[in-house]
Amino acid sequence: MEKVVLSGNEAFARGAWEAGVNIAAAYPGTPSTEILENLVKYPDVYCQWSPNEKVALEFAAGAALAGARTLACMKHVGLNVAADPLMTLTYIGIKGGMALIVADDPGMHSSQNEQDTRHYARLARAPLLEPSDSEEAKEYIGLAYEISEQFRTPVILKSTTRVSHSKGVVAIGERKPHKADGYEKNPQLYVPVPIYGRKMRVALEERFQKLQEYACAMPQNMIVERSNDLGIITSGIAYQYAAEIFPEASFLKLAMPFPFPDDLIIKFSKTVKRILVVEELDNFLEEHVRSLGIAAEGKKYIPGIGELSLDVLEEARKKFEGKTDTAKPAVKPAPKVPPRPPVFCPGCPHRGVFYEISKLKPVVIGDIGCYSLAVFPPLSAMDMILCMGAGISSAHGAQKADTGQKIVGVVGDSTFFHSGITGLLDIGYNKGKLVIFVLDNRSTAMTGHQEHPGTGRTLMGQPTHRASIEAFARACGINRVVRVDPYDLPKLRKVIKDEMDADEASVIITEAPCILIDHSRVKEPMRIDPDECKSCGLCLKLSCPGLEKKEVSGGKFKVEVNPVLCRGCELCVQVCPFGAIKKQGEKS
Amino acid sequence: MKQITNIVLSGVGGQGILLASKLVSEAALLEGYDVKANEVHGMAQRGGSVIGQIRFGKKVFSPLVKLGSAHILLAMEIIESIRYAPYLSPTGLALVNTQRVIPTTVSSGQAEYPADPEGLVKQTFPRFQMADCLAIAKEAGDTRCTNTVMVGWLSNHLPFSAESWQKVLEQCIKPKFISMNLKAFALGRKIS
Repeated sequence: MEKVVLSGNEAFARGAWEAGVNIAAAYPGTPSTEILENLVKYPDVYCQWSPNEKVALEFAAGAALAGARTLACMKHVGLNVAADPLMTLTYIGIKGGMALIVADDPGMHSSQNEQDTRHYARLARAPLLEPSDSEEAKEYIGLAYEISEQFRTPVILKSTTRVSHSKGVVAIGERKPHKADGYEKNPQLYVPVPIYGRKMRVALEERFQKLQEYACAMPQNMIVERSNDLGIITSGIAYQYAAEIFPEASFLKLAMPFPFPDDLIIKFSKTVKRILVVEELDNFLEEHVRSLGIAAEGKKYIPGIGELSLDVLEEARKKFEGKTDTAKPAVKPAPKVPPRPPVFCPGCPHRGVFYEISKLKPVVIGDIGCYSLAVFPPLSAMDMILCMGAGISSAHGAQKADTGQKIVGVVGDSTFFHSGITGLLDIGYNKGKLVIFVLDNRSTAMTGHQEHPGTGRTLMGQPTHRASIEAFARACGINRVVRVDPYDLPKLRKVIKDEMDADEASVIITEAPCILIDHSRVKEPMRIDPDECKSCGLCLKLSCPGLEKKEVSGGKFKVEVNPVLCRGCELCVQVCPFGAIKKQGEKS
Repeated sequence: MKQITNIVLSGVGGQGILLASKLVSEAALLEGYDVKANEVHGMAQRGGSVIGQIRFGKKVFSPLVKLGSAHILLAMEIIESIRYAPYLSPTGLALVNTQRVIPTTVSSGQAEYPADPEGLVKQTFPRFQMADCLAIAKEAGDTRCTNTVMVGWLSNHLPFSAESWQKVLEQCIKPKFISMNLKAFALGRKIS
């Protein structure tokens, strides 16, 4: 078999394709995004970006009931949005196999919270597989389809940032085609009105018992016998760290930690003197193992906050072995260097919007996307972020509290289509009086520039209808809708002031494509005439990495343009009160 | 575990760490090693500080490198070498691009960029090499191949054949940019 290096997400896509997946849907979300971006490259699979995760899961469920093998992918918080269909899908079950990949983000590399998706498996009584690297990502998705069709249940594959975004060597194979054999009319099976639903509820428990038996027998839930002094129970990425930190220990490695393989856990516990459960985030396994009457330990030593690593586990091992004295740290700390948080890219169309908003100092209720970066100084123009869509609905709530403060809401275009429309409907319906900014950069930018219903193009590259934000706003009952070019600061400033002064709700749509995908606005870098620069620092308030503050002497500074980074957006030209920032070729 | 080679790449989001990491991992596979690599996507890009980790050997478990265990630290920006110094083993080698990218925290007055970053590199690392890879990339044709210059530089310290590197470059880089990147790689290999 040919061996290739694949990321976890590439391996999920490869595995789904080899398993004959017919239909796949997702909404982009780090760290899950690249699964569908890779799957769409393979032939004979229909792939789509759905407006949100709930739609993606419902869409995949419909296709699975028609007998197709289907895939839905999302990040952990996406499953909150899709939780509603999941909770009943396990009741009605599926016909064609259905895999649901949910990628958690322990350590919050690119997320607003830490969530342990394993709890959802328990809540929905869905089996959950947990690959620990790319090789297993490819293998387990095939296994997921087998389990799914054998037990008529959707199967969750839980990934994490370090599984999805780490690469490893994977042996690749051929595709085993699958053909959807059609929807079967059987309302008793698929319509959970109470009289049928109660029977489904009972059947769900029966299936759960059988899945538990399966979990105890499957070869991928595996005991590795080494020393009988210590037994490690683990699953997912935690296994990879534990394998290096506890090389002498016996292991119970769980490919499918849920339903809990009780008999296997009990069998393993009898072969070792002491048991340590190594798991990332919550004490999901540990708590259950203890409920079986086994004296397992885990979170007493292993942090439940943040992600695990070799360093974290090595520290945990010292505590576990009672070596808490640890005289001095083995690793010398680095000299202090200035922090480098992520920022708006040079030339980003969002920068000018937040520069102008920040000058008026309203309370800014933001949302999920690149624009969350406006929270950092010097822009400091983000006061609250909750979840997708809350930039509209929570802003409305803040306005209705009627404290006399000026409230504005900010969402992006992809977020607007994801879950902003219902919030705007609420404002129209309940007569909200506030300004909502929709920053339309024609892209789901933060996750790496995916298409969405407003871009006019599908995931499979087909041109399509372009949903209009303005038409949606008007349909929701918003009379004041203004479209403005965010690179034109004087115009933008006037629009923002006029709309904030209005006595009714208003939507300002700032329209300019993300500079990283549309280069038509990229121009020659600016230059700064050092004699004309009065070192006032006003341009630095734009927080542009293309403008660098350089010390000259005695605490004095000049600003220079970094020509490698500058995209020539000319915001700084508009901000400089002395005309010191010039286009290339423009005379001083 | 001794047979595993650990490499840490550091730099600023947008400098091309993903491609550099891909070139090294693919070369390791071609040479018959087990390899794992970790990358940073999403929020961590956008001009933020970025780390990439690569481990190769007979059998690799963790995709993450333990602090104090990297054999090589390849830093694409000079202070990003200092930030990730704790990853380097006391006997490890730091390969540092002297390019400076001033963070907005400095420009907005929240922090200060070190006055003598070269001096800081000398103080921090017992074993290091420094080079102006941005200038070398310009010589190759485009500042955007700075990452390839650095992989060429790194290749001097890895047990992979010139043929493997050649093959990997041809496999991973778009045909339009291949000749420029081959030149960049070759210039990087001359750094000592």
